[in-house]
Amino acid sequence: MSLDKDTVARIARLARLKVPEEELAPLAGELSGIFAWIEQLNEVDTKNVEPLSSVSDVTLPMRADKVTDGGVAARVLANAPGGAVYIDPSDKNAGGFFTVPKVVE
Amino acid sequence: MAALTDLTVAQLGAALAKKEASAVEVADAHLKKLDEHRALNAFITETPDKAREMAKVSDARRAKGEAGLLEGVPLAIKDLFCTEGVQTTAGSHILGGFVPQYESTVTTNLWRSGAIMVGKTNLDEFAMGSSNMTSHFGGVENPWKRKGDNRKLVPGGSSGGSAAAVAAYMVPGSTGTDTGGSIRQPAAFCGIVGLKPTYGRCSRWGVVAFSSSLDQPGPFARTVEDTALLLQAMSGHDPKDSTSAPLPVPDFAAAARNPDIKGLKVGVPKEYRVDGTAAEIVALWDEGLEMLKAAGAQPVEVSLPHTKYALPAYYIVAPAECSSNLARYDGVRYGLRVPGKDLTDMYESTRGAGFGKEVRRRIMIGTYVLSAGYYDAYYKKAQQIRQLIAQDFRNAFEKCDVLLTPTAPTAAFAAGEKMDDPVTMYLNDMFTIPASMAGLPGISVPAGVDKDGLPLGLQLIGRAFDEVTMLRAAAALEKAAGFSGRAAGY
Repeated sequence: MSLDKDTVARIARLARLKVPEEELAPLAGELSGIFAWIEQLNEVDTKNVEPLSSVSDVTLPMRADKVTDGGVAARVLANAPGGAVYIDPSDKNAGGFFTVPKVVE
Repeated sequence: MAALTDLTVAQLGAALAKKEASAVEVADAHLKKLDEHRALNAFITETPDKAREMAKVSDARRAKGEAGLLEGVPLAIKDLFCTEGVQTTAGSHILGGFVPQYESTVTTNLWRSGAIMVGKTNLDEFAMGSSNMTSHFGGVENPWKRKGDNRKLVPGGSSGGSAAAVAAYMVPGSTGTDTGGSIRQPAAFCGIVGLKPTYGRCSRWGVVAFSSSLDQPGPFARTVEDTALLLQAMSGHDPKDSTSAPLPVPDFAAAARNPDIKGLKVGVPKEYRVDGTAAEIVALWDEGLEMLKAAGAQPVEVSLPHTKYALPAYYIVAPAECSSNLARYDGVRYGLRVPGKDLTDMYESTRGAGFGKEVRRRIMIGTYVLSAGYYDAYYKKAQQIRQLIAQDFRNAFEKCDVLLTPTAPTAAFAAGEKMDDPVTMYLNDMFTIPASMAGLPGISVPAGVDKDGLPLGLQLIGRAFDEVTMLRAAAALEKAAGFSGRAAGY
């Protein structure tokens, strides 16, 4: 398995990672090396083997459909990088918004 | 009495109970060590004020006769655990300025037991690495050095700061997290004990996620008994983590104080004898087996046929889960934001600038293996192999009670070594990853030194949720090996 520069650029785009043009070729080399090493898994016959997605044997627990938390909008918004906007600045727990650049023109 | 900073967790507990020292005095003695050894770069954030405040409260609690299991014991916390009001970085630039508004379950449990936080330790970025070299805050230095060689060595990773802090006697114990070996390998590199519990034993709530089906918090300390005490306090069912096991917490400390292993069947997996392991480590492994045999154990050769596929399968599963988990870092709700010409550009610029090289590499591997058309060939295949690995262990544990293996194929290496090719670095986790893939508990016990005077560790792997047997065997190994090494100058 060998990845070319264009494939790496496509993966970067899917992952929403800005990768400078000059890093694409070295990355393609590194990722190809890793995938070549991973190829050895093809030696293993996995026909009829059930994939293991979780090692915990327990069935996922159910809980009552009740609100058990909330009213902490100020804490939810405390780390907002663009600064938060509150509905009522005198009561930050009343709710508010994260801010992002304009999306719709 | 010995210096307060020389005492183990158990000894500190006894000294505090006998009023030989107050929690405030204990905290101050350790904070002084943090000062002295700051050059190791073991901590990202020191919290001396918080430590003194917690120590005062601890002394008051003890005076009222309400001392907890770890009352007054200072601990360092890997900077992957969210701590309310204290910056949490995950070793990454992308969480810059993030101050959690809540406390992780594991640290909540520790504080409830009376433990005191002295700071948050350095780590590989998002716990991805085996050397601590990927931290945005610079690498951590291992307190140990090769004899007659002044080069700085790595403490291992990802929980390198937590391991170095314990090895340098800055704290008697610390927390780490282990996804593929991130507790056990640094413990081996730093000459201390590190325990990865069974997946589900300790809650993951409030721990910054890397690979959710593998991540597991656990303790570091200088003795097996101390790791048992810490594990005791950290463990327990947590409704906030759906994979947290609803099981009672056994008396781990009692198990660690009972190194009776007469008749215990110790399995030795033949597939762990691989090229590339240092000859001294193979010799130490044989010696370790002899020690356990002399203590009454019965060696059994076992086979784990899919061992060699655990590492490449891990490098599909862990990056796949990482690419999903790290999708949350978008510059919108917390951490770094790099402005862009539109929303997509803001995401891409923020993530491009905020993540380091290794993290970007793993996100890209994960994104690729989960992308349309490749899912079955990679992710499903890796999960099938994971099933075979888990089955191998189940078969082996029909013949034995615990497994003995080396922890890592080499002793600590110098900063910059093994950096040319990512796969060379990944190979350092070859002995720890199989148990991680199967969710089993493992512990690294310091058992000897190599010709350069560097510590070497042996790993014991237990059955799922049978840390008790594993701890008994670890205590027996610790007793027989009698490792008492200490890094020069610490």
